[in-house]
Amino acid sequence: MGEDFETVIGLECHVELSTRTKMFCGCRNEFGAPPNTNVCPVCLGLPGSLPVPNERAIEYIVRIGLALDCEILRYSLFHRKNYFYPDMPKNFQISQYDLPICVKGHLDVQVDGQTHRVGITRVHMEEDTGKTTHAGASGRIAQAEYALIDYNRAGVPLVEVVSEPDIRSPEVARAYFNELRSTLEALDVSDVRMEEGSLRCDANISVRPAGSPEYGTKVEIKNLNSVRSLERALKYEQERQVAALRTGEKLVQETRHFDEGTGTTHTLRSKEEAFDYRYFPEPDLPPLEPDTEWVEKIRGALPELPAARRARFERELGLAPRQTTLVGASKATADFLEEAIDLGAPAAAVANWMTQDLSGLLNKARIELPESKVTPQHIADLIRLVEESTISVTAAKQVLEEAFETGKPIEEIVETRGLRQVTDTSALEAWVVEAIAENPEPVEQFRAGKDGAINFLVGQVMKKSRGAANVRTVQELLRAKLSGS
Amino acid sequence: MAELCDLTAADLASKLRAGETSSTEVTESCLARVEAVDERVRAFLARTTELARERAAAADARIAAGDAPSTAGIPIALKDVLSTKDITTTCGSKILESYVPPFDCTPWARLAAAGSVLLGKTNCDEFAMGSSNENSAFGPVHNPWGLDTVPGGSSGGSAAAVAAGEAVWALGTDTGGSVRQPASLCGVVGLKPTYGLISRYGLIAFASSLDTVGTFTRSVRDAAILLSAIAGSDPMDATSLDRTVDDYAEGLDEGVSGLRVGVVKEAFGEGVQPGVRSSIQSALNRLSDMGASIEEASLPHADYALSAYYLIAPSEASSNLARYDGVRYGLRVPGRDSIEMMARTRGAGFGPEVKRRIMLGTYALSAGYYEAYYGQAQKVRTLIIRDYEKAFESFDVLVSPTSPTTAFRIGERADDPLAMYLSDVFTIPANLAGVPAVSIPSGLDEAGLPVGLQVTAPVLGEALVLRVAHALERELAFDAVPPLVAGLAA
Ligand SMILES: [Zn+2]
Repeated sequence: MGEDFETVIGLECHVELSTRTKMFCGCRNEFGAPPNTNVCPVCLGLPGSLPVPNERAIEYIVRIGLALDCEILRYSLFHRKNYFYPDMPKNFQISQYDLPICVKGHLDVQVDGQTHRVGITRVHMEEDTGKTTHAGASGRIAQAEYALIDYNRAGVPLVEVVSEPDIRSPEVARAYFNELRSTLEALDVSDVRMEEGSLRCDANISVRPAGSPEYGTKVEIKNLNSVRSLERALKYEQERQVAALRTGEKLVQETRHFDEGTGTTHTLRSKEEAFDYRYFPEPDLPPLEPDTEWVEKIRGALPELPAARRARFERELGLAPRQTTLVGASKATADFLEEAIDLGAPAAAVANWMTQDLSGLLNKARIELPESKVTPQHIADLIRLVEESTISVTAAKQVLEEAFETGKPIEEIVETRGLRQVTDTSALEAWVVEAIAENPEPVEQFRAGKDGAINFLVGQVMKKSRGAANVRTVQELLRAKLSGS
Repeated sequence: MAELCDLTAADLASKLRAGETSSTEVTESCLARVEAVDERVRAFLARTTELARERAAAADARIAAGDAPSTAGIPIALKDVLSTKDITTTCGSKILESYVPPFDCTPWARLAAAGSVLLGKTNCDEFAMGSSNENSAFGPVHNPWGLDTVPGGSSGGSAAAVAAGEAVWALGTDTGGSVRQPASLCGVVGLKPTYGLISRYGLIAFASSLDTVGTFTRSVRDAAILLSAIAGSDPMDATSLDRTVDDYAEGLDEGVSGLRVGVVKEAFGEGVQPGVRSSIQSALNRLSDMGASIEEASLPHADYALSAYYLIAPSEASSNLARYDGVRYGLRVPGRDSIEMMARTRGAGFGPEVKRRIMLGTYALSAGYYEAYYGQAQKVRTLIIRDYEKAFESFDVLVSPTSPTTAFRIGERADDPLAMYLSDVFTIPANLAGVPAVSIPSGLDEAGLPVGLQVTAPVLGEALVLRVAHALERELAFDAVPPLVAGLAA
């Protein structure tokens, strides 16, 4: 993007809470149950049913609010958001409007060693809707012959975290999103799985001439199903808007849909078509008036948050900021690091393995750490065997690959593959002698003073040992032999 | 001689306990009365005759075993906006003609557990919107005091059933007067308790912040007994008051001596029929004779109550009734897509008054109008609450006519919604303020139609309104019988 434009981004993230039961009834809140098995008159919105708030969900949202440094309002109201949609049982959603539970917070995120403070406008409580599956020949909504609705998700507690328009680039947006996700994870309030919809995000983006005090025309982007989609959609939209401004084209305030296939966005509805939600206070629910003591108790019980954890990794473990950013990116990776350390492995070595080889394997397999078969025990064992010179670093990489594939214990892999290093000189001596005899040319070159020629001979010995020889021992033996006789 | 079905629940309860009659006999008496008059009254939308006989037999066994509460074995009718498990609940609407709830409303669940006998579901204005019962999709109810007149509404079926001896007592709902006004027009006792005292769980909502379950009985004592049986906090209703139930029959006989009675001056202006005015006046004289002090009281903002009500109630209704879309239950009229299906279903399923109020409410809540309409109405509501608070600094209870007129002719106000709305002008303020009020018969007008007198008390002053109403009831000794019932004996 050109120097002469500035991008302004704000994110609205929806978080499904992992409470045992739904927001306003006693139905189980679980993902993947057979359709319409976790339902009752309340979450089906049957005539005469009434909502009763889930106190645990309120506790969870207060936890989120406190973690984001929000003010917890002493008086907050539920409102009804009215619009017709087939998978919304009551044709209104219980949400919050002008008096949300949490307001005015912030979240600091790091990008390239720089801290960006993103303001949090509000964090409010609402309920999720059901889920529609359009069925029929084409699978497209417009041509569907019928639709099936699963109400298991209807009434699941949903928290919306709305940021200020403080984000100035797609990279910072991604970092904000990741930081928010790991914060929610640390708080243990949500499964934060985008693929299961327990974490969803819409983005608002506009561009303006650099230095302009006024915001440009805002576009809302929907259908962002992964962190990658979020960043791609924002980059695409940023370029589209800048190009439009450069050519003098007028941008319109609208909602756009991100198409993952093409990486582009297209108009979903214009501002004029926007719904009038006719918000009004929910008469079936009394105001929320959390008492200060209860809020302070929750504050006192907050877990260590990702930023604090990363700082501790730098301070106590001596890790570099670049490493802590990677290792501290999620609760899973940070827990992994600490567990491996608890098993006796040095922090720096664990961080190295995690950020290099293991991260490479994960990327290649396109999975996240918790889904892989590699455990902290694997890494700790691997590091110990390398340190003890039982296996070479080269062998260790092969062992990790197999552990990644099969999940087998490290020692077992080392044994079955015969990767235990040979440091015993008597065993190596024969191979060294052979290598010297078979390769007169490099031997001559070495003796003529070309020191690098020894590497070829080392390679030959390693080959004979099928990688089991200890490199340093082989080098020492070769040098002794070549200079001695 | 009166039939069993014409007695009060209190009298029947003592007869049941003394072994002088059985629930089965009482129930058969009610069923016979229904058989005799309901073709003319049209109080019932559905009769649960077989269920009633089963429950009566079960109640008799319980009474014989000596473990029955005072409501056991007494036949009751429920307004058809109160959900009953496995029994069609229509709200008087085409859109719910086929709807069978999978659960009981809390008031009926409590009565059922106590051995009550359900006779059936009573007719009402569609979704409780109306003051004459003419807005029912299933035809009007006829007032037993004059079959060509309305029973009032919206709980017209419950009021008429109790007046005609078709049920010993009944439940209705009161959002702007829907229990008290029909009680007044049908010459029975109608109690609307404090908002939140009776759980709304299973009451199919019209306007959630105003809806209250209420009772129809033939005596004030019966109202106290029935209220005691169904009141009290309910974990299924977040707006139900956290309160244990009192025995409301306890202090009924304490009299009115020394009580300060305020007469609401705004309720005696134009539009009040002379017959109503004189009946209330003579009742006030009797109160004075009994030792109460009578003075003029004022609710200065009462004039705005009707306007505020017709913004708040339709606003909430527009949202509450959004769920009737043909997707999962009730009527469905097919369309090319889901939106067209919803629109057609609602177009065909709702009657004109319901549509009028949905449109009013949708408009009042829409962007740009919210503050001017809904917001303003809520401010008026606050002023009316203050009016009551202020009045209750000087008075123990307030008295007014329940409705400006006695029963009017069917069809007379059908084309004039504003005239119809005025029927509730004296009952609406109590709903806006959430305070308890009871309507009792104070006499008959020159046409032989009952007049209702309303007693209002501060929040949770049920014991007080019932005590005053009971004293007045004894003093007035209203014992007239509707011509329809009198005709049966002849
Ligand atoms: Zn449920």
